[in-house]
Amino acid sequence: MSATKFDVRYIAELARIKLEPAEIATFESQLGHVLEHVEKLNQLDVSEVEPTAHSFPIYNIFREDQIRPSLEREAALANAPRQAQGLFIVTKVVE
Amino acid sequence: MKSDYIATIGLEVHVQLKTKSKMFCGCAIEYGAEPNTHVCPTCLGLPGALPVMNLEALRMTALTGLIFQCDVAPICKFDRKNYYYPDMPKNYQISQYDLPICQNGEVPLHDLAYPKDAQKSIKNADKRVRLIRIHLEEDVAKNFHFETTSGIDFNRAGTPLMEIVSQPDIESPEEAFAYLTSLKQALIYADVSDADMEKGQLRCDCNVSVRPSHQTEYGVKIELKNLNSISGVRRALAFEIDRQISALERGEKLSQETRRWDDDRGETFLMRTKESAHDYRYFPDPDLLPVKTEVFMPAVRARLPELPWFKRERFVREYGISSYDAGVLTDDLELSRYFEAAAKGAKRPKAVANYVLNDLLSALAAAGKSVEECPIEPQHLAELTGLIEDGKINSKQGKEVFAEMFASGEAPEEIVEAKGLKQESDIDAIKLLCQQTIEANPKSVEDYRAGKGAAINFLKGQVMKASKGKANPNLVGETLEKLLSGV
Amino acid sequence: MALSSLTVHEALDLLRRKEISPKEIVEALVKRIQEIDGAVHGYLSFDPERALKDAEHADVSLPLGGIPIAIKDVVSVQGHPCGCASKILQGYIAPFDATVIKKLRAAGAIPFGRTNMDEFAMGSSTENSAFGPSRNPWDADRTPGGSSGGSAAVVAADEALAALGSDTGGSIRQPAALCGCVGVKPTYGRVSRYGLVAFASSLDQIGPLTKNVRDAALIMNVISGADPCDSTTLDEPVPDYTADLDKGVKNLTLGLPKEYFIKGLDPQVEEAVRAAVAWYEKLGAKIVDISLPHTEYALSTYYIIAPAEASANLARFDGVRYGFRADGITGLSDHYGKTREEGFGQEVKRRIILGTYALSSGYYDAFYLRAQKVRTLIRRDFDDAFATVDAILCPTSPTPAFKLGERTGDPLQMYLADIFTLAANMAGICGISIPCGFAEVDGKKLPVGLQILGKALNEATMFRVANAYEQSTDWHRAKPLFGAESERLKGEK
Repeated sequence: MSATKFDVRYIAELARIKLEPAEIATFESQLGHVLEHVEKLNQLDVSEVEPTAHSFPIYNIFREDQIRPSLEREAALANAPRQAQGLFIVTKVVE
Repeated sequence: MKSDYIATIGLEVHVQLKTKSKMFCGCAIEYGAEPNTHVCPTCLGLPGALPVMNLEALRMTALTGLIFQCDVAPICKFDRKNYYYPDMPKNYQISQYDLPICQNGEVPLHDLAYPKDAQKSIKNADKRVRLIRIHLEEDVAKNFHFETTSGIDFNRAGTPLMEIVSQPDIESPEEAFAYLTSLKQALIYADVSDADMEKGQLRCDCNVSVRPSHQTEYGVKIELKNLNSISGVRRALAFEIDRQISALERGEKLSQETRRWDDDRGETFLMRTKESAHDYRYFPDPDLLPVKTEVFMPAVRARLPELPWFKRERFVREYGISSYDAGVLTDDLELSRYFEAAAKGAKRPKAVANYVLNDLLSALAAAGKSVEECPIEPQHLAELTGLIEDGKINSKQGKEVFAEMFASGEAPEEIVEAKGLKQESDIDAIKLLCQQTIEANPKSVEDYRAGKGAAINFLKGQVMKASKGKANPNLVGETLEKLLSGV
Repeated sequence: MALSSLTVHEALDLLRRKEISPKEIVEALVKRIQEIDGAVHGYLSFDPERALKDAEHADVSLPLGGIPIAIKDVVSVQGHPCGCASKILQGYIAPFDATVIKKLRAAGAIPFGRTNMDEFAMGSSTENSAFGPSRNPWDADRTPGGSSGGSAAVVAADEALAALGSDTGGSIRQPAALCGCVGVKPTYGRVSRYGLVAFASSLDQIGPLTKNVRDAALIMNVISGADPCDSTTLDEPVPDYTADLDKGVKNLTLGLPKEYFIKGLDPQVEEAVRAAVAWYEKLGAKIVDISLPHTEYALSTYYIIAPAEASANLARFDGVRYGFRADGITGLSDHYGKTREEGFGQEVKRRIILGTYALSSGYYDAFYLRAQKVRTLIRRDFDDAFATVDAILCPTSPTPAFKLGERTGDPLQMYLADIFTLAANMAGICGISIPCGFAEVDGKKLPVGLQILGKALNEATMFRVANAYEQSTDWHRAKPLFGAESERLKGEK
């Protein structure tokens, strides 16, 4: 897990956040420090340890296949930055 | 395909499950509804909304696994697959990564599942295509494209979607066709999906590569998209295999890419070359808990349907019909149900099968009706074949009655009665008619006795005419012969 | 006494005796807010008319009948903004109530105002709010802590009787400590997260910030319980949390984890906490030393798990369906890139980058999976401890309130503010911070918080221990001299 320096540009692209070159440099150094701290975890032998995803070992939380009311269309679209003909409008998506 | 090349095809099939509500929320699933009328905070990805699993979708996926003899995992879980696209409400899709519900399994390809023109030349009878996995995920929204913008309808977003991934076991476009046909048929039998490709309920991506037959390692894998029908898949693969072989023959190097099938032009077009590999950053969805399948498997096992290929064998065995006929009858679940309902009450199920396969299917086709919309009750069809069998009407009359049944939905007995079609089988009445005819036609009698056997046909015709067609023709023939030979 | 300085249980008594009306409480709060919130900046918005209307219909016979409760801007209230103090949720009006809001309404409470916070609950000072920081009522040059700093500040400054906050790594307890109020992080799964804008789904819990322990118990009585809309809630009975409040601590064993009294712990904080421990001994509790050996790994573990989950949770903020959308977009990737660049603040971006990295191809096992495993070790530490003790005592925050701007340049330094609180989130146990004294810094009295950690689902014992101390001390009654502070700030302007 030696990764005190990492490719912020690539990661920002994955996260769909545009960054200015200066920001990239700042993040690289700040997060580098954080990652150095995080390297502490390497000191532990966890090969025999199960990961914890939820604090309690519970399973099988389901709902039955029942229809519940949807939002009114006006309410669904009310927060849309742009809408037309009942659709959420975005810049053209090229497939 | 040139015989000195081998094609390798693997299919990824997405199937919408026919649950009433969505995978992680209670919104109704309705194809063709007004846009954005079946959406809620969860399937719109509003801040703070959470998913809760639809148990029925898990059951249906496990059932599909049983049908194809998959291993149903004792524990499965849901993961987040991260990528950005406007049709993804949360910009991650809840899917299954390393613990899918089903693994392994196989789909048997049956002779009648192949395209009609290829059924005579099936290379590998009883072929089975192995499956890698079946997992459950949520469908994305639908995009509409305008000139400078796109519009998004989230009604579809969150519909339970099964992804069925095959091994690259498929070797020809015809096998791909048979695979999809068999798959679709089984899904319909299990009542887990309507699997209508036109409605997008079944969607398919193909991975195809070719290599010279002497070469052991696979060729360069090319992905095909935009396949909207099973026959389209066949056409696209045939085109693509030829294209790849031609390229190889010209000495070109193929590169890993995604191509789009244009069904109108009958060609594939480059969509994109292999991008920097996707980095989906899968991790277990902390909003959902793992699933222990044992709690619902007994109920799922109880729902295991009789599969089409077993039903076909049973029809041959129980109803004495040919394997081909049984295949056609079981090809469509509703048709097989119709046939069986009729055949159960019939003396000669074979006759029912003939009526169904010939008269009924063409009548339905001509009327543009599905089997479910068939105006004839299965029991009535059984009765009709019974009337013919018992000689109450002749087969020509049978056709007339059938047409009337199809038009009116009435029972055959009623139609026969109303039309006065019932055959005269009263020996005395027929004998009387025959005697009258013999007396009225001395010339023909003479001819017959002089050895012109055909003369009896004229007399027979006269008797039938006198009976207005109602006399049982077999009885008439027998009676005339007896009378003429002076017995 | 102004009605705004009432506690919840005092107000309930007066309401039930018809000595005051819900409307009068709301009016008193509105007045108080108008007077001092310009200086505190605890609220991002409040809708007095709606609150007054709700007050008119309030049924005071219900458990929280007629009690206004301030809501952190991260919990969805139908018809109100829910902006998480972020520009990216600009203009968003929630079309649904969070489960806790439904429960509060059903209990007669009045959701009142949106409190300030660190953007998306990422921070320990409210300085990451896109709308400017809140100020600590004890010293306006200092932060109230965070991320629920607005909620803590308005409770401490008598601009609310009580508030809801959310706690992912200490975001309720740390500001409660820094502002001198009570803050509860319930057991994970005790309170529904439906309608809580997710930061780190496996760690987030909603909880109350109040003026005393009893009020916190009263609110927990209402908001706890399984929710069919949140799969991670626990289907366990909810006891009456006020039932054991007065049972005292005789015969209880309280653990003192040695790993929490370390270098970096402010001497005045240590002194106050040790004094509280001694007081407990006087009250009849048995104090034992315990060890939580993996404590030193908690921060690292947290800063993998929380950002990783956040990187996915915050992916939905893309300007497609709601919120802010950048102008002058040239295409889809520009749409996402610009909207998220302009919509998110620095700290949020920093954590999304960190979390994306921790999950990215080739690093998942080394970071996320490893952190989940270390989380198991941290959880086991607490399991072992609770085998012998009824509750754990420790400081809530290593320091009293720090100055605005003091740590903003150094993320790691800021992250250390949560060093004593985040293990509870990792282990899923419950915790409470209560006032236990003051530190004096630059001539100002700054509150110190005592943290009491309880076993999972054993909030009742946690409350009992907290109440025993509170009822025998006066710290919780101390009020900041905010009038004076407010005047001073006005003078500065």
